[in-house]
Amino acid sequence: MSIWIQQELCNGCGICVKICPYGAVEIIDTKAGINDRCIECAACLASCKEKAILTDAKEKIVPDFSDRKGIWVFAEQRNGALNPVTLELLGIGQILSRKLNQELSAVVLGDVVDDLIDPLAEFGADNIYVAIHPSLQHYRTIAYTSIISQLVKEHEPNIFLIGATHTGRDLAPRLSRRLGVGLTADCTELTIDPEHGDLLQTRPAFGGNLMATIVNRYSRPQMATVRPGVMQQVKRQVTRDPRKIVKPVSLTEEEILTKILEIVDEGTQKVHLNQAKVIVTGGRGVGSLEGMKRLESLALALGGEVGGTRVAVEEGWVPVDRQIGQTGQTVRPEFYFACGISGAIQHRAGILGSRYIVAINKDPMAPIFKVADWGILGDLHEVVPLLTEKLRQR
Amino acid sequence: MQIVVTIKQVPDTAEIRIDPKTGNLIREGVESIINPDDRHAIEAALQIREKLGGSVTGICMGPPQAIDAISEALGLGIDKGILLMDNYFAGADTWATSFTLGRAVEKIGDCDLIICGHQAIDGDTAQVGPQLAEYLNIPQITYVKDIEEATDKKIVVKCMTDKGYERIECPLPALITVMRQLNEPRFPRFDWLINACREKAPIETWNAADLGVKASQVGLQGSLTNVINTFSPKFERRGEILEGTAEKTVKDFMKILEENKLI
Repeated sequence: MSIWIQQELCNGCGICVKICPYGAVEIIDTKAGINDRCIECAACLASCKEKAILTDAKEKIVPDFSDRKGIWVFAEQRNGALNPVTLELLGIGQILSRKLNQELSAVVLGDVVDDLIDPLAEFGADNIYVAIHPSLQHYRTIAYTSIISQLVKEHEPNIFLIGATHTGRDLAPRLSRRLGVGLTADCTELTIDPEHGDLLQTRPAFGGNLMATIVNRYSRPQMATVRPGVMQQVKRQVTRDPRKIVKPVSLTEEEILTKILEIVDEGTQKVHLNQAKVIVTGGRGVGSLEGMKRLESLALALGGEVGGTRVAVEEGWVPVDRQIGQTGQTVRPEFYFACGISGAIQHRAGILGSRYIVAINKDPMAPIFKVADWGILGDLHEVVPLLTEKLRQR
Repeated sequence: MQIVVTIKQVPDTAEIRIDPKTGNLIREGVESIINPDDRHAIEAALQIREKLGGSVTGICMGPPQAIDAISEALGLGIDKGILLMDNYFAGADTWATSFTLGRAVEKIGDCDLIICGHQAIDGDTAQVGPQLAEYLNIPQITYVKDIEEATDKKIVVKCMTDKGYERIECPLPALITVMRQLNEPRFPRFDWLINACREKAPIETWNAADLGVKASQVGLQGSLTNVINTFSPKFERRGEILEGTAEKTVKDFMKILEENKLI
């Protein structure tokens, strides 16, 4: 697109020079001319009484992508073990796949990935794209971006989902920019627009205060990262024969640029609270490490895990890898016990998927009661030990 | 060492309220601040400059009042601030934002290191950093929690993974996004803050024409994703409240569990 001036029509009045906010129109030898500062905003067009300013600008149109087929998920693996979010992606991927009547595929990269083919198929992948190379052993941005972007260009999927893990949040934006496509971060809900078939991507913003639904109309694949612990994985099915497509890889260390000097796994890190059936979480009202012990007993009696709010973590009562909420983990247990938690929206946002929420708090005004199935109004230091005892007696 | 820091001015989300009728954010009276992670990016840049010399340039895309964020960064000690301001920049998604920032970094020229905050508290996407690195065709390291070594040629950092951390070495130029664990940001110097508000302050304002971009490439027009709906999260539950002594409430609750066959 461009904007130009029909010289014969221009009377050199100079109104357009004054209208242009960018100094992109000048009078040269009694006629107006457009210089390279023009951003094609078209502000000058209406100002010209002689209609001497012309443009071939078109409205931004939504391209037709009806030929784009297939739902892809990135199968994140580490030392040959799949990240649990992969199964969650396959879960939501299957739902989308049925709605759109399109195949579900997994993409897996690594140095040895053969053992992952069957599980990926059993959890729903129709096709599995595989890239094997020594330099793909550990995730590195440029290596993975290079191989996956080639695969996407070759096979042109319609939707591409990546887990919003550390790796996924490093990879997805890099990949989206390389592919020239839009990307929605950290989605908690994915549905299909019944009218156009577009992927409707819903995500929290402003620290969970607001939900936004985002659509990606102008580019394909429709890319989104998906928050771990939110989507439900499907049941393992009888082994099907997956179609395995192997991608030849040529990569050199020179082009990858980054070098991993050391990988440190901190054993205690990452308790998978999103797999827990029962979670007993403490907030400010817990008051001390001893208070937290009472919650641990309750969790033990129920065969569950303990968690903490941001405050409980900052006070040192609960380790950071057990933080639940917007900045911690998102959980969806059968039973969620919120003990001494007022219920800031950032915390509530992380527990929405729980089957039942039980709140124990002595403040009747605490917002947590509004989101609880059952609210026990009372001092948790009395209620929790008593409840633990009753449960143990059973 | 020429360092560029990206700075975003954000509403303080701790103060954000939702209008219960419309479901929209109430922005009135909400203070604007430098995005918390960006403070750590500024601090990291200043520490590297103190060791290796060179300069730190802050770039910030935003409305006229975003100049406050730049002034504050000058008060912290950055050498120069650039405000990317144009009506056409408004409404940008991360695609259009990373393009606009990318053009600004190209215009600055010869950057050795770009430091971004891990994510912004209003959008929480953490996408602009990696997209900017890809636009500039330089390597990126995200989730950086420690900078072990920085020289004119390379950087060695610790970055967080889901299981722990990795130590990564990377040649420059490169882009890193930093976590709040990285450092303790300093306070602004009062005299520098005052200087930052004077007319001669080292602040430039660049618009679309200065960046040589077209209106269709930036802001809402240049975005590939669109927000089509916003709403307050719904929390609908039974909301049954049990009151009385601890003995009574626990007894009532056990009864509920039994009646509903939950235990």
